[in-house]
Amino acid sequence: MKQYNSLRDVRTDLTNGEVTCRQLVEQYLRNINEKAELNAFLETFDEEALAQADAADRKLANGTAGKLAGMVIGIKDVLAYQGHRLQASSQILDGFKSLYTATAVQRLLAEDAVIIGRQNCDEFAMGASNENSSFGPVLNADDHSRVPGGSSGGSAVAVQADLCLASIGSDTGGSVRQPASFCGVVGFKPTYSRISRYGLIAYASSFDQIGIISKSVEDAALLLEVMAGPDAYDSTVSQRDVPAYSGLLATDTRYKIGYIRDCFESEGLDAEVKDSILSIKDMLREAGHTVEAVDFPYLDYIVPTYYILTTAEASSNLGRYDGVKYGYRTDNATDLSSMYKKTRAEGFGLEVQRRIMLGTFVLSADYYDAYYTKAQKVRRLIKEKTDELLQTYDFLILPTAPTTAFKLGENTANPLAMYLADIFTVQASLAGVPAISIPVGRDANGLSIGLQLMSRSFGEPALLAFSNYILDKITVEA
Amino acid sequence: MSTDIQTIRKIAHLARLEFNEEKEQEMLQELNKILNWMDQLRALDTEQVEPLIHMSEEVNVLRDDVARNTTTHEEALLNAPRKDSDYFRVPKVME
Repeated sequence: MKQYNSLRDVRTDLTNGEVTCRQLVEQYLRNINEKAELNAFLETFDEEALAQADAADRKLANGTAGKLAGMVIGIKDVLAYQGHRLQASSQILDGFKSLYTATAVQRLLAEDAVIIGRQNCDEFAMGASNENSSFGPVLNADDHSRVPGGSSGGSAVAVQADLCLASIGSDTGGSVRQPASFCGVVGFKPTYSRISRYGLIAYASSFDQIGIISKSVEDAALLLEVMAGPDAYDSTVSQRDVPAYSGLLATDTRYKIGYIRDCFESEGLDAEVKDSILSIKDMLREAGHTVEAVDFPYLDYIVPTYYILTTAEASSNLGRYDGVKYGYRTDNATDLSSMYKKTRAEGFGLEVQRRIMLGTFVLSADYYDAYYTKAQKVRRLIKEKTDELLQTYDFLILPTAPTTAFKLGENTANPLAMYLADIFTVQASLAGVPAISIPVGRDANGLSIGLQLMSRSFGEPALLAFSNYILDKITVEA
Repeated sequence: MSTDIQTIRKIAHLARLEFNEEKEQEMLQELNKILNWMDQLRALDTEQVEPLIHMSEEVNVLRDDVARNTTTHEEALLNAPRKDSDYFRVPKVME
């Protein structure tokens, strides 16, 4: 079967009778089996996926198919799907089956998408390399000795290696964008609150957002349009109308673009990544866009701020895993208190325990103001500066990650080095603005380089249109 | 700022975690490194800045207060590691 890069291509072949939804699912399932060593999927839903495909084929034949008929999707193991296992790649949720389906997933199904399986990730979405999964690491399909990024590593590799057409992940500080950058695919985090999080396992609630990994910007736009919008089950979700993003991708606007000078001067930035992103900047300027250097004085503060706030929120959100109502429970308890402690000590992995400890520390009475309140104040400075820049500029551009995909094990001994892999993605998460990573080049080792674009809150139509324009332009000029 | 082993033990108790002596020492070293790195924020003057708490622009989005039984008793017990016909079971709490 040929490789498809967008639902549009799939639909053309479906219409011409070149392929059926059932054949698509069968082929993706074969690919998943043949590439099992990548460890991208924890589980596939073969029979149900085939039944969904048959239903989509019937609807296509009688003209009643939804927008996503022909779209085969994998979901990160943080999204609830009724009757299916869900465990955030953690042993503490061993055996858990969801009683309900996440709103975002429900909306995909309602438009006749196929859900093919559950994807590996860092435990509770905490990580930048997918090495924190209790099911073992995911391998980058371009080089099996390298990581796919994280935490949505399985979701990015699944799209990279043609195991499904798109994946739904979650992005707290870059967990969709950074793996997309490492795997040469599109990774998109919408504005905070754009998509309902009902049925998304909570990590850090003032950051968490469902995101999309796909091969084309067009598919990301379409999936956003289907998933976004008000939901009676999530009181934090935006009540704003949802534009038909996929119909708004044409653009001939000359934009005003800022590139954050401090990012390009940061010492951890790989020279090839830097050159690649700077060449895009030049290309845009030559094409008639205004491109200017801007200063962002808080670059050194964004990652510490992010880790104080997210570990605090995580320590609270993960309090619910106590071995009482669901999931794993220790066999070694002597009383209630030891049941809680041993269950959590045995069920959570090391990085999750480290973050719970940090979060509990920064929220404890003696340190609350010095760390937690301080970080909330710095977050305001970062958000206000980012919003101010995005009033002057339509987009901010910067690398998605300081390096291309690093080696397995390279950063595992040093949590701080791993945290700094997030340096360019957390700004958008702290500010709540939308951001996307698009593949714009490869380094000398053939590893993918991602360009990140941020726009103002709810600026998705222009952000997606401009991303699409850049990818088209690179393809034409290559 | 650096912390000490007594604080690590207190925090572990608050977080309902436990570590053996070796792990406890590792956690202390790692937390100290990370806390020192977080201390960079002190360089910023935030005296006049209000903490940013809510990220969504939505305020009090409420649905009608209509009682509905969305999860049955049996369903709620389905995932329990230990249960009887009506309740979650835990180790004895009262002496």
